[in-house]
Amino acid sequence: MHAFASLFQQLDGTSSTSAKLEALNAYFQSVPAADAAWALALLMGKRRKRLITGRRLREICLAVTGLPEWLFEACHAQVGDSAETVALVWQQRPDRSATPNQAGTGLEQSLAQWMEQRLPALAALQGNEQAEAVQACWRCLPADQLLLVNKLLSGGFRVGVSTGLVTRAVARSAGLEEALVAHRLMGGFTPSAEAFAALTAAAGHGEDLSAKPYPFFLASPLELGQLEHTSPESWQLEWKWDGIRGQLIHRAGGCSLWSRGEELINEAFPELIALAELLPQGTALDGEVIVWHGDAEAPESFASLQRRLGRKAPSRSLQRDCPAAFVAYDLLEHQGTDLRQQPLQQRRALLEQLHQHWLQQADTASSGRLRLSATQSLQRWSELNERRDQARPQRAEGLMLKALDSPYLVGRKRGHWWKHKLEPLRLDAVLLYAQAGSGKRANLYTDYSFGLWNGEGALVTFAKAYSGLDDGEIRQLDRWIRAHTTERFGPVRAVEPLQVFELAFEGIQPSKRHKCGFAVRFPRISRWRTDKPASEADSLASARALMEQLA
Amino acid sequence: MPLAPGGLLQLSPEGLYCPAAQAWIDPWRPVPRALITHAHADHARPGCGEYWAIGASEGILRERLGAEITLLPVDYGQLHRIGAARVSFHAAGHVLGSAQIRLEAGGESWLVSGDYKRCADPSCEPFEPVQADVLISEATFGLPIYRWQSGAEIAAEILAWWRSAPDRPSVLFAYAFGKAQRVLAELHRLGVSDEVLLHGAVERLMAPYRQAGVAMPPTRPLAELERGADLSGRLLIAPPAAHRSRGLGRFTKAQNGFVSGWMAVRGARHRRGYGRGFVMSDHADWSGLLQSVRESRAQQVYVTHGQSNVLARYLREVEGINAEPLEGHFEAERFDDEQATAPAS
Repeated sequence: MHAFASLFQQLDGTSSTSAKLEALNAYFQSVPAADAAWALALLMGKRRKRLITGRRLREICLAVTGLPEWLFEACHAQVGDSAETVALVWQQRPDRSATPNQAGTGLEQSLAQWMEQRLPALAALQGNEQAEAVQACWRCLPADQLLLVNKLLSGGFRVGVSTGLVTRAVARSAGLEEALVAHRLMGGFTPSAEAFAALTAAAGHGEDLSAKPYPFFLASPLELGQLEHTSPESWQLEWKWDGIRGQLIHRAGGCSLWSRGEELINEAFPELIALAELLPQGTALDGEVIVWHGDAEAPESFASLQRRLGRKAPSRSLQRDCPAAFVAYDLLEHQGTDLRQQPLQQRRALLEQLHQHWLQQADTASSGRLRLSATQSLQRWSELNERRDQARPQRAEGLMLKALDSPYLVGRKRGHWWKHKLEPLRLDAVLLYAQAGSGKRANLYTDYSFGLWNGEGALVTFAKAYSGLDDGEIRQLDRWIRAHTTERFGPVRAVEPLQVFELAFEGIQPSKRHKCGFAVRFPRISRWRTDKPASEADSLASARALMEQLA
Repeated sequence: MPLAPGGLLQLSPEGLYCPAAQAWIDPWRPVPRALITHAHADHARPGCGEYWAIGASEGILRERLGAEITLLPVDYGQLHRIGAARVSFHAAGHVLGSAQIRLEAGGESWLVSGDYKRCADPSCEPFEPVQADVLISEATFGLPIYRWQSGAEIAAEILAWWRSAPDRPSVLFAYAFGKAQRVLAELHRLGVSDEVLLHGAVERLMAPYRQAGVAMPPTRPLAELERGADLSGRLLIAPPAAHRSRGLGRFTKAQNGFVSGWMAVRGARHRRGYGRGFVMSDHADWSGLLQSVRESRAQQVYVTHGQSNVLARYLREVEGINAEPLEGHFEAERFDDEQATAPAS
């Protein structure tokens, strides 16, 4: 546990990627496999199980410190994290000066022992027995480990490392290719010494990865300067579909549909599993899961797909109202062979053949379930933005640009695939309410609600936004909010309706749940309009006009 | 809530006013007579007719408010008659020359705490418990999440951190007046004798500390460092306002840390992007505030700065002491403000 706490402190204390990589590498090389396995699972955010709620930890803490609840609330508002607040408030216990008995406290227990035995045992207890056991555990922990244990108990463990970085560190510490480790990690990782040994075993021929999807290759935001010198004809253009990324596989073991979050989503999309069964064994398709009616020109909006997501065993009527389709854009495995190193052009030719073949087997009713993502080409770079702007009627988010000779790599590698998103929609709205954020935004008003004018000279709440301002603007606005509060509702402050912000968002849809009558997607602040008085902010009518124009 | 009329102290637009002494305590605007608890910029402001302050703070006050100010240096514990009031200054343990100010007239006594702390600090006089009928106390860190370790322990952490990076420089951000010198004095006690580099804003405030006989390692202003000098293993102390500033361009490879009470909370460190946080404050922590209120034996307590609502409620409901927050332009030192640290301008 000591080694993991020190790793946590190192990762938490630097923003340098190379320093993080070094710390991870050193950790993975020096700890037993069982600990490395748990660290890996925790760092990848795959084991965020709540063993004891934050509320219960607080209760256990206050029982000893004797502090009133309202005082704890005030502390929480300052800290912004429940596990950390408990760890800090615990220092005020009256019997603090008693020397902790470090011997036999379990501090020297390994991370695996903590995760597999100690913490689950605490969670399994109840009532007083649990309270006393947790307190006994806290008493012998130094402050930094107390925080860590609380975070592990409450399922709130997070530290600033990406899955990609952890993968790279594991690969480096084991002397393996990053792509192989990424592939082995696909579809989840159950921490154990054996699993970690298998993950870091030397690469062998004929290794069986058939239960796993391939790691996804990701595009980067377009930097036109990087490709203007190339011929537009060396690029394949496609719409950037507004669904969820998926991998549809048919292998000897059966059919599977994986989401980009590496969740198996077979149950949510039975019609896609049915279509996969008509594909030959040894096939893996990369594409988009989206709602698309059989004869429609364009797919439905993301809102329709949301009705299907996370819903196991969708009803017949839901499948009829929101039929799912798989829009295929790449072929990763064909006749059991990994095609990822072949150029896109060749993979695409095989994909088209495969689709033709599939169409011959599918009945007319289901022929729209597997679609090819149409390819386009461009003559001149100057036409790029005009082409992209046609994405909106297609209900797409923009354009994808893929080099015709690109291999299918792992993760985000710049240069081969670019995404060129539509310009967001924009409206100027007035700041109405603010609420303090959490974590590193604790005690700063950073969660904002905005309103638009209705026909009667009143402002109606329209969207919330949490991002888009820089640190300086956040502090400036925080001070302004404190000085211009008109009313307080618990943690929320109503402010004088004076500040105008330009909000950017990706889409606008009618909604019955929202007072203003519509909902926007991914709203964020694009500009603080200090030049505009509130009276010149946009109205509900202008928002409605925007919506109708897009419909 | 405002102060009741007719009391020894009043809240005027200029700040806390004692009619009997015709004097203001740490006024916000220019007044004829100012009694100064200490020389931080939010307590000592320019433009007053005369300043009363502890002699040890004279150098810093003149550095910040102008060499020509009229300053009446006083000693700790000395009793002064000002108008109809008896006034005395008592050590607050906050920074060099910091004081609590006690006023007495018409059979009533008030104590204005100024900023204070209870932890030992080799760079200034220790806090002296003083009794009064009414106490006005700060509450910058008035939450039970704040509990300080001794300065010596934190200095040992800082030293270990500095020594752990012999191949690159270490930049420690610390408030230029008070914290920087406290860290230096603690490092001296740990046997550090190598030269420490100082940012100009810190350097300007060193002379009064050296004159007061505070033992610190040798220091050198950054500006005097020759071009191309090897910086590996060197420690630079700079004010937080210099964090990510262009002036520290030579320290891009450095590890950095911030030494402040605010560093007790992880999010506060992340928000500003400091590598390491060292939890050391020149203000009282939760138990230090409670202890000081109790020791003052005050029957009425007014709380200013920061968590005034929280501390006042706790004193009322849990300690059974009449306590109210006092509203006014009492600007708490906030983590995001560098006002108290910026060089006088």
